[in-house]
Amino acid sequence: MTTLAPASHGPGTRRRGKPILTDRDKAERRLGLRLVAPAVIVMLAVTVYPICYSIWLSIQRYNLRFPNDHKYVWLSNYGKILSSSVFWQDIRNTFLIVVVSVVLELILGLALALFMHRATFGRNIVRTAILLPYGIITVVSAFAFQFAVSPDLGGFWPWSPPLAGHTSSLFVIIATEVWKTTPFMSLLLLAGLATVPNDYVEAAKVDGANAWQRLIKVILPNMKAAVLVAVLFRTLDAVRIFDTVFIQTKGANKTATLSQLGYNQLINQLNLGLGSAVSILLFLIVIMVAFIFVKGFKTDLGQVRGER
Amino acid sequence: MATIAAGSSARTRARTAEIPKDHKRLDVRWLLGSVFIVLYAIVPILWILSLSFKSQASVTDGSILPLHPSWENYKTIFNTGVFVRPLINSIGITVISTIIAVTLATLAAYAIARLNFPGKKLVLSAALGIAMFPPISIVGPLFNMWRSIGLYDTWPGLIIPYMTFALPMAIWVLSAFFRQIPWELEQAASVDGATPFQAFRKVIVPLAAPGVFTSAILVFFFAWNDFVFAITLTSTDKSRPVTAALNFFTGASQFSQPTGAIAAAAIVVTIPIIIMVLIFQRRIVAGLTSGAVKG
Repeated sequence: MTTLAPASHGPGTRRRGKPILTDRDKAERRLGLRLVAPAVIVMLAVTVYPICYSIWLSIQRYNLRFPNDHKYVWLSNYGKILSSSVFWQDIRNTFLIVVVSVVLELILGLALALFMHRATFGRNIVRTAILLPYGIITVVSAFAFQFAVSPDLGGFWPWSPPLAGHTSSLFVIIATEVWKTTPFMSLLLLAGLATVPNDYVEAAKVDGANAWQRLIKVILPNMKAAVLVAVLFRTLDAVRIFDTVFIQTKGANKTATLSQLGYNQLINQLNLGLGSAVSILLFLIVIMVAFIFVKGFKTDLGQVRGER
Repeated sequence: MATIAAGSSARTRARTAEIPKDHKRLDVRWLLGSVFIVLYAIVPILWILSLSFKSQASVTDGSILPLHPSWENYKTIFNTGVFVRPLINSIGITVISTIIAVTLATLAAYAIARLNFPGKKLVLSAALGIAMFPPISIVGPLFNMWRSIGLYDTWPGLIIPYMTFALPMAIWVLSAFFRQIPWELEQAASVDGATPFQAFRKVIVPLAAPGVFTSAILVFFFAWNDFVFAITLTSTDKSRPVTAALNFFTGASQFSQPTGAIAAAAIVVTIPIIIMVLIFQRRIVAGLTSGAVKG
């Protein structure tokens, strides 16, 4: 940025300076492009190419168990999926999990962040502790919660086993997700809290605002960007939920999610055509959600970085 | 302004008077809060730990603590081979993915932080897009491609998707970190007579190392945690990581529930995470939040 500016705007140096700077710029550009090339090529090769391949697979009747019955069927796979009740059930499950878990995580995460922001005592211990759920393997946390609520697997749950029912299974899944991912949410929110000018909060206090009013009227509006970013990340992460569902129910009692449906079609049924169509639909949903956040809520992606 | 100043001095006076009592009450509240949060974080882990020490016979006794703690489950998983080979796979695949991803990300992040070139924004946006990508969407094509080119059920078959999905995170963390390095020090060292290599090794490497290390920890966590690719792109113990292998545990005998064995294996794979969290807590938090919010 700084090296380019004099070349284009400097009044006197423009004519004489341009060729020299351009040479340097050119060398810098070449080096820059060379350095990012390996990472970019890997990322494109392993995501963009397969997604195109997936679109191509999704317009074929292609089941590895019946390799001879292989032909283009255009959009009929999508038609089949969109008209099946299983798909809509899985959409409902996915969105129920997304909405309930993200709302709970936001509330708990905010409470946790406020606590860590103001704690003078035990701050490091708390931060270290909450990194454990973040770092622990999702599959392990899914087993931990599954065992805890299943008496036949060593659990201490005194009531009827929740993983035998539809709604109760979904709530075990949500509880597991909330436990595991709230810490991540709280760390993003904590970083946002740190950017809220303390003067504003103090001023509101002086003007007689109570703690709740300060939170709603002063703190949250001033950390809106961080909240939106945290919610966006967690929403996109929750939409593709797979591990917890796979471990705890494998989709039994109509608890499958979209990723689970895709897995069942692709890997269990070896139906690459239908499975790819499900994958593409999930991909479109993710893009839609991201689009709604970016355009609808004006989430500033310039302030975001990738994180899973 | 005037009212704020007046108000705050009034409050300061009020607070000074109250300090002893206020402080004590707050401390107890903070203490209780901290204890509650720590319990929230570790109870599920302690629960798995307790299960892992219950013998096959006592696993369903409903007791929260193991009444007769035994190493039976640990002996089972380390003697039967259902766990050792996947553990080696997990370690090997995760370490290799981490090294490659961090190397590529370091090159890219250096360019993004230090050099001027077209498409810089595009690279960062592309990385962001990939971070949001649902892995299941490319599982089908990878499954089919890996089968035809012989990568199915191999280490590289998992290393490739792992490093790809870890790259965005590593690039963002590292470029945020590299932007804060005072690069002028390199020149200063040259002026003081250091060769370019010395300047790089003695000045830049020590400054950059913490960032590189932080991104390595985060990439390690990601690859260690993966399940989607692990369960879809492997079929035997030849390359199956622990996360997928846990689903194929059968317990001591073929017909017994494998709860104890899974719990013991879960504890073994959680230990490295706990150690890293305890040692690098500060770095992990910094890495997770770096660049998340400006300012």
